[in-house]
Amino acid sequence: MSSDADADVPPSAADADAASAEADPVLAVDGLRKRYDDTLALDGVDLAVADGEFVAVVGPSGCGKSTLLRVLSGLEAEFGGRVAVDGTDVRDGGSDVVGMVFQEPRLLDWADVRENVAVGLPADVDPDTEAARDRVDDLIETVGLGGFAESRPDELSGGMAQRVSLARGLAYDPSVLLLDEPFSALDRLTKADQQDHLLDVWEERGTTVVLVTHDVEEAVYLADRVVVLGGQPGTVESVVDVDIDRPRDRADADLVALRREVTEALGR
Amino acid sequence: MATDARTESRTIGPVALPSAERFRPLLGLVVPAALVVVWHLLVASGAISAYQLPTPLRVAKTLHGLAASGELWGHVAITVQRVVLGAGLGVAVGTVFGTATGLSRTASDLLDPLLQSLKNIPSLAWVPLFLLWFGIGETAKVLLIAVGAFFPVYLNLSTGIAAVDEELLEVAEVYDLGRVESLRRVVLPAALPSLLVGVRGGVGLAWMFVVAAELIAASQGVGFLLSDGRTLARPDIIVASILLFAFLGNCSDVAVKEVRDRVVGR
Repeated sequence: MSSDADADVPPSAADADAASAEADPVLAVDGLRKRYDDTLALDGVDLAVADGEFVAVVGPSGCGKSTLLRVLSGLEAEFGGRVAVDGTDVRDGGSDVVGMVFQEPRLLDWADVRENVAVGLPADVDPDTEAARDRVDDLIETVGLGGFAESRPDELSGGMAQRVSLARGLAYDPSVLLLDEPFSALDRLTKADQQDHLLDVWEERGTTVVLVTHDVEEAVYLADRVVVLGGQPGTVESVVDVDIDRPRDRADADLVALRREVTEALGR
Repeated sequence: MATDARTESRTIGPVALPSAERFRPLLGLVVPAALVVVWHLLVASGAISAYQLPTPLRVAKTLHGLAASGELWGHVAITVQRVVLGAGLGVAVGTVFGTATGLSRTASDLLDPLLQSLKNIPSLAWVPLFLLWFGIGETAKVLLIAVGAFFPVYLNLSTGIAAVDEELLEVAEVYDLGRVESLRRVVLPAALPSLLVGVRGGVGLAWMFVVAAELIAASQGVGFLLSDGRTLARPDIIVASILLFAFLGNCSDVAVKEVRDRVVGR
């Protein structure tokens, strides 16, 4: 786990993170091009994410945000450019250290919460051992679902199901955790709770996070850096550093100003 | 938590009166009972002559006689044995082929067209060939029944596996479950309901095929009893055999359905 390494680098130190991103990024994307049949979805995307950094990628729908995550997670085998995690190309097993929380919870509806989280355990961990069981139960606790280990997905609310999906991603102990609009289907209040919850988990575990969202408020509130994707084919339009200490106030004047900056970068 | 809320709401409110709902399943018996009465009246009044259709009571007496002499149990046992062996074999082979064609595009392209056309061959058409190949022993009958049980299992499972949600397969891929684990933990559980629908259909067809086998080449079994009744001009035996098939077929169907509800219903 990388939490030890992060103990002396507070996650809020965006400057330090940005500097180390250039030095030795956990996630490195250089000149990524992705084509679906006749449509070029992404063209010349560059991105570097440092260890422990929280990066949000925003953009209008259809700009290739989700495609970017699919490439990073190894679900797309064919693309141009270089995409590496921990220095290994995602096509050569680099994607093995990437976990993903999809837009929908995508749970096994016949299995209980425990089994669903255990799906995320790395291949070298035997899910039937006591240690693995403890790890899974810890994670269920971590995402605030203590007591629901034996519940089935249809007994959970949308927000709870999404947290199971988050626990599954954390069980994988990934170098980079990708989140594809995980809160977009939730109502406002639940969404705010889940965002704070994600921050808690991130600060506690020090996992590197790339969050894709179309919600500018969410991006600015959560991330160290906001990458604005736009155009067709999608490319990086601008990068906005969010240099505000956590815990942040959603109504903070600086935050609101940054929100406006990102919104303008989006061309809205 | 959700279950707590449900049990709570059930206990709140006035004490429940004995509900008419409880007797609802019995409604299904009303029409059959009426038919038995009509049957009895038609035969007793002479509208249908007794050598064509015996009275219900006569059928019951015949069944009782067969049971008392012990003859019945031999017939039932051998028929049930054939169905169990044949359906078991058919379900097993159907599961293997269904899994293979469901998982592999190549296996599906190679086998599916053939199997799809074989399924259209009527059960009786196989009988002479199987008798020629395997003689009139048990092998021919069990294999014939297995053919019947195979197709529903194969078809349902193959489609069920191919239809497993792409989104779940992506989850298995992102978390590097590997082929065997994703089969064990994602694909097969997801296709289980389809498999059980297939098993239910397969067991139903097994009963059809056992009649075909026993009518033509058997010296024992409920199907033999049926054809023996015709040879002896004993309509009471014929009707009794038909009722036996109805009873046995229903028992197996209820059993399979029960298994399905336990596994899938939850």
